[in-house]
Amino acid sequence: MAINTDKNSYTVIFAIVMVIVVGSLLAGFASGLKPLVKANERYEKQQNILYAMGVNDNEGTNDVTFISTDRVEGEFEKYITKQLVIEGEKVTEDDKAYLIDLKKEETKAKDKSYTRRLPLFIGEKEGKEIYVIPVRGKGLWDAIWGFVAVDKMMTVQGVYFDHKGETPGLGAEIKQRYFMDDFVGEKFLNEGDFEGIKVAKGNNDPKNTDTTDNEVDALAGATITGDGVSAMLKKDIRMYVPYFKKLNQ
Amino acid sequence: MGLLSKKDSKLILDPLADNNPITIQVLGICSALAITAQLKPSIVMAISVVFVLGVGNVVISLMRNIIPSKIRIIVQLIVVATLVIMVDQVLKAFAYELSKELSVFIGLIITNCIIMGRFEAFALGNGPWRSFLDGIGNAAGYGIILIIVGFFRELLGSGTLFGFKVLGDPVEKSGLYAIGYENNGFMVLPPMALIVVGIIIWVQRSKNKALIEEN
Repeated sequence: MAINTDKNSYTVIFAIVMVIVVGSLLAGFASGLKPLVKANERYEKQQNILYAMGVNDNEGTNDVTFISTDRVEGEFEKYITKQLVIEGEKVTEDDKAYLIDLKKEETKAKDKSYTRRLPLFIGEKEGKEIYVIPVRGKGLWDAIWGFVAVDKMMTVQGVYFDHKGETPGLGAEIKQRYFMDDFVGEKFLNEGDFEGIKVAKGNNDPKNTDTTDNEVDALAGATITGDGVSAMLKKDIRMYVPYFKKLNQ
Repeated sequence: MGLLSKKDSKLILDPLADNNPITIQVLGICSALAITAQLKPSIVMAISVVFVLGVGNVVISLMRNIIPSKIRIIVQLIVVATLVIMVDQVLKAFAYELSKELSVFIGLIITNCIIMGRFEAFALGNGPWRSFLDGIGNAAGYGIILIIVGFFRELLGSGTLFGFKVLGDPVEKSGLYAIGYENNGFMVLPPMALIVVGIIIWVQRSKNKALIEEN
């Protein structure tokens, strides 16, 4: 028996059945895979933090390779000695600080009475104390974020940047070695005051030999993403300056 | 071809050259311009589209007799979206690194007009096996152009292929750069993709005069 597919009632029933089938299929799919996805996201954060500190599996000069996921939890415990949450004047230790969602904190902080919780990771590598600060900002198309490792004097020891949807070949290059490595040695402070690090066009320093100019060389064709990186560093690192001032007293 | 009848193999081979979705039908141009600045994303996008179009064509073809014609476009859209979301979720769970690299492109597949075009023009009127071949063929035709464009744009724009510096180091002035060669920065911008596609169309039509339209 052929079905009359032109009837209105058939169309409506078909639509309803389709929505139910597809909806439950996708819902079941997503919730079934959720624990795996969550675990991946947790590992990724740990890998990013370690990468910024200089703990990685890089081979060669162009390679960006994290500690593999099966080792990352052990390495994270080994290198990260303390995780802090800074709330205004109050500093507490919390070994789940790396799970704080910067995006949610940013939204909550729009309410002036809310004191933002700032996570800070203190690690030790080769006898040197390293402070890793998470940052988050806007690129050209979507969110960009990263982790910045600094020493006590806020001199950069390493960075890791990532993005959600910057243009491949242009803005997406912020997660390449040649861009990230330029930050190493740069200083956030200028004569004791917070200055930030600017991604600058035409700073006449493409090889980045001058580390006191608070500037790194920009990427060609990625002006807005670069400006986003500058703004992100300025906005998020600034919040940690009081903590470092106290530390150096 | 022993495996496929002559008619079936035409389904795969035609879209590769004489009925190419990009150069002849001029479909799927947006994604061809957006993601071809480098070779690797171009290849990944090509593979993803082969999968989505192959499977999607089969699903639509199996459902072709029960889809109400009034809402068929919406049904097609749902099929593409469902497939794309499933691929995205599976990648996120089992190949997280890869999924991060692809996230945007996977989403872009939904908007690729080649997919809707093949659902509408072919899968709705043909059996699953033929639809499958048609899907694979068209997606491969799309992929080939993507890879050609990606190859030239990465080589001439950044002097690299898959990120390897094949022409020497522009900062250290080694290789070709030692004799004064410069990268063409314009190549990394989307407008150049349009020009490269234009050149491909020109070469193809001057080789095969039958493709030139009247007027």
